[in-house]
Amino acid sequence: MENVTYSVEQVRDKVSQAFPDVVFDDARMEARRLYMTADRSILFNLCKLLKDELGFCHCSLVSGVDRCDKFQTVYHITSYESNITLEIVVDLPHDEPVVDSVTPLWGGANWHERETYDMFGIIFKGHPNLKRLLLPEDYKFFPMRKDCSEGGL
Amino acid sequence: MAEMWINMGPQHPMTHGLWNMRVKVDGETIVDSEPVIGYLHRGWEKMVENRTYPQIIPMADRLCYGSSFTWSHVYCMTVEKLMDIEVPERAKYIRAMSDELQRIGSHLMWLAAIGTDLGNLTVFLYATRDRELFLDLFTSLCGARMTYNYCRIGGVRNDAPENWVRDLERTLDYFEKRLKEYDMLIDKSKLFRMRMEGLGYMSAKDAINAGITGPVLRASGVKYDIRHNDPYEVYDELDWQMCTHDACDTWARYRVRMMEMQESVNIVRDILKKMPKSGPIRVKPPRAAPVGTAIARMEDPRGESLMYLVGDGTDKPYRLSVRSPLFVILSATPQLLKGSKIADVPSILGMLDVCMGETDR
Amino acid sequence: MYLDLWGLVGGLVHWLMVDVIGTILNWLHIYALAEWLGSPGVLNIVTILVVALIILIVGMLVSITLIWQERKMLGRFMDRVGTQVGPFGLFQNFADAFKVLVKEYIVPNAADRLIYPLAPILIIGVSMAMFVTIPYSQGFYMSNSSLSLILTLALFGVIPFAVLLGGWASNNKYTLIGGMRAAAQTCAYEVPMLLSVASVVVLTGSMSLMEIVTYQQENLWLIIPLIIGFFVFLISMISEIERVPFDLPEAEAELVEGWGTEYGGMRFGLIMMSEYARAFVGSSLIALLFLGGWDGLLPEFIPAGLWFLLKVLLVFTIFIWARAALPRVRTDQILNICWKRLLPLAAINLFIAVFFKSMGWF
Repeated sequence: MENVTYSVEQVRDKVSQAFPDVVFDDARMEARRLYMTADRSILFNLCKLLKDELGFCHCSLVSGVDRCDKFQTVYHITSYESNITLEIVVDLPHDEPVVDSVTPLWGGANWHERETYDMFGIIFKGHPNLKRLLLPEDYKFFPMRKDCSEGGL
Repeated sequence: MAEMWINMGPQHPMTHGLWNMRVKVDGETIVDSEPVIGYLHRGWEKMVENRTYPQIIPMADRLCYGSSFTWSHVYCMTVEKLMDIEVPERAKYIRAMSDELQRIGSHLMWLAAIGTDLGNLTVFLYATRDRELFLDLFTSLCGARMTYNYCRIGGVRNDAPENWVRDLERTLDYFEKRLKEYDMLIDKSKLFRMRMEGLGYMSAKDAINAGITGPVLRASGVKYDIRHNDPYEVYDELDWQMCTHDACDTWARYRVRMMEMQESVNIVRDILKKMPKSGPIRVKPPRAAPVGTAIARMEDPRGESLMYLVGDGTDKPYRLSVRSPLFVILSATPQLLKGSKIADVPSILGMLDVCMGETDR
Repeated sequence: MYLDLWGLVGGLVHWLMVDVIGTILNWLHIYALAEWLGSPGVLNIVTILVVALIILIVGMLVSITLIWQERKMLGRFMDRVGTQVGPFGLFQNFADAFKVLVKEYIVPNAADRLIYPLAPILIIGVSMAMFVTIPYSQGFYMSNSSLSLILTLALFGVIPFAVLLGGWASNNKYTLIGGMRAAAQTCAYEVPMLLSVASVVVLTGSMSLMEIVTYQQENLWLIIPLIIGFFVFLISMISEIERVPFDLPEAEAELVEGWGTEYGGMRFGLIMMSEYARAFVGSSLIALLFLGGWDGLLPEFIPAGLWFLLKVLLVFTIFIWARAALPRVRTDQILNICWKRLLPLAAINLFIAVFFKSMGWF
C-alpha cells in the first residue's frame, strides 16, 4: 500500500479519467467528502481502482435504499491516508436488484451486504456466503422494502 | 477427541449480550468458528422510518446502552448535516466533553466485563465502582444514568449544572489515581499478561481489510482515529494524542483502551480550559428536513459509527442506515479465534467490547 | 492444653450405657441386655460412632466458617461489605442451604441414569471421609493411623475420577471438557505435591500426621528448612482443590459452570459444600505439614485445637487473597507451570531434605 495522499479534486479527476460515466455531485463536495453516482456495470472496476490505486482501503458502510421505482445501494468508502470518505450511489432496477459484490475487495463489506440482502432482497453477485443474517433463515419477506409496511404485507 | 461444535451462546456467560458464537473445537483448540447474530434485532431502521426526527433521539440512545450518548450524538450530527444547521460553539464543547466522559464510562464497562471473562471478580467490581462516578456526573448533567436523551438536533438539551466544573475535576483527579491502581493490579501481574499476550493476532493489513475500526484497529498499529483524521465538533482545536500499540494482540487492545481512558481525561481537562464560559447551547431546527442525503461519522468508544440519512422533505426520515462498529468486528471474529484455545474465547472476544444493541439494531 | 476426645466420649458412653441404661435395665431384671450393652465391644462401637459424628459435625462447621470467611474477606478485598444476612452475615450459608434444598430435582434426559447420580455421592462421600485423618490436636482426632498422610492424599486422588465421571455422565459438552480438564490438571499437580510431601516424610521419618506434628513441636516448624516445598505444596494444593487461579474445571467464563453445569438443587449445594470441605482439608494439611500443626505459644492457656484452626484460617486467607488478585490461567499454561516450574522446584526441595537428613542435622 503506497502512502500517497490525494486531495478530493485529485481523486475526482482520476476517477473521471478512468470512468467518464461517473456523475459527481460537485455542489456538495467538501474537503474530506466526495459524492458520486455510478452505473452498476462499472461498480466493481471502480471500486478496484479506488482500492488498488487510490488507497481507499476501508469500506465503512454498504446500505440499501428502496426508492419505490428503483433500488439504490450506497457505498461509503474511506481512505486512511487521504482522510477522504466518498459515497457511491448505484441505481438498480426494481425488478432485477442485482449488483456486483465488493466483498472480494473489502472483507468488511461482507456482513453489510448480507444485511442488505436480508432487508431489501438485493442480490450481490460474487458474495461468498449470501444468506439471511439478522432474520431467521425461513423468513419470507424483505422487511425494509417500502411495500412491506409495519403490519406485514 | 473428535471435532465437535460448541455453542457459546445465546445464553452463555461469555457473550455480553444475546448472540451465539459457534466454535468447532478439536480437543481444546479452535479450528473453526461462526458468529450467529440477530437475537436482538428490533427492526430499528424500519422503526425510525415511522418516527419524526426528534423522536428518534431517545431511540438512538438505545442502540448501545453502554455508550448511548455517542449514538444520539452521531444521529444529531447527521440530521444537522441534512438540515444544514450550525451548532453553537458552547454546545459543541459540551458534546465533545460528554463524548469523552461516555468513552471513559464505556471503557470502564468493558474493563468490568473483561475482569469476569478472565476469572477475576475484583476487576469487575473496581471498574463498576468507578463507572458509577461518571454515571453520577451524567445524572447531574442530564438526569439519567444510562440513556441520556441529552443531545438535540442543533445543540444539547440544557447547560451544565452549577458546580459542574468542580465535580468534574474532582472526579477526574480521583479517576487518574484509580487508573494507576488498575496498572498495579493488571499490568504488573504476570498471570493477567499470560492470559492476554500473543492471543488473537491480527496484522494491520488484515484488520484494515476486515473493516475493523476503533481501539482494535489502533491496537494493530494503524494510526487512524476519526477524531484526529476526520475531526468533527471541536476535536481539531483540542490538544491530544492518538493511542496506538504495535503488538496486534489482545494485550495491545487492552493497553489501547486503558491509554484511551487516560487520554480522555486529558481531553476533558483541555475542553474545560478552552470551553466558552457562556453562550447559547441550542438553535431551533426546522420541523422537516429537505430532500437529500447526509452522512456523519464519529469515533464511538468501540470504533467508527456512521449514519446515512435520506430525507424526503417530510418530518420523518425516508431511510436511516447505521454503521455499527461491532457489526463489522464480529464478522471478523473467525480470523481472530482460529488456532487459539477454548479458554481464550472470552479473553479475545471480551477485548472487542461486544455490544449487541448496536450490532443487531 | 487440649481436649481428649476419645477419653471424653468413651467416659460419656460408659456412663450412659453402664451407669444409666444398665442400672435401669438391671432394675427391670433384663440382665442379658444390660450385660450386652456394657460389653467392651458394644461400648467401643458406640464410642467410634459418636466420635465420627462429632468429627463430621466439627468438620462441616469449619467448612461453613470457611465459606463465610471467604465471602466476607473477598467482599473486603473488592471494596464491598460482603454478605449481610444475620449478625456479621453468618446466616447466609444457612439461607443458601435452605434455598438449594427446596429446589427442583432435575436430571437431564440424555444423562447416564446410573452414573449421573453416583458421581456427586462419590465426591461428597470422599470429601467427608477426608475429615477422618485430620487431627485437630493431640486428643482431638478420629483416627491415628500411622499412614494417615498417605490416606488423605489417596482420597484426594479419587476426586478427579469422580469429576470425570460426573462430567461424562451429564452428557453435555461443557461438562465433558470440564471433566477432562479436571483429570489432566489434578493428575499433573499430584506429582509435585507428592514430591514435596516426600521431603517432609524424609525429614520426619513418619507418615503419620500426629508424629509429624510431634516432630515439629520437638524440633522446628518444617517451613523453615523446606520453604521451597511449602510454596510448591501450597500452589499444588490450590490446583488440587480447584480454586482461582487454577479453577479451570469450572471456568465459568467459557464453560458455564464447568463439569457441574448439569447438577442443580441440593446436589449443587453439596458439591459446593464438599469443595470447601476439601479446601479445609487442604489448608489443614499445609498447617500440619509445614506450620507446626497445633504447636503454638502459651500451650498451657490457649487450647491446641484453637491454634490449629487459627493456622487453617490463615492458610485459607492466602487462598482467598489469590482469588481476589489473580485471573484464571489457561489449560496449557497450568500444565506448563506444573511441569516446567513446580516439578524441578519440588525435586530440588527433595534434594535439600535428603541433604539435611544425611548430614544428620535433623
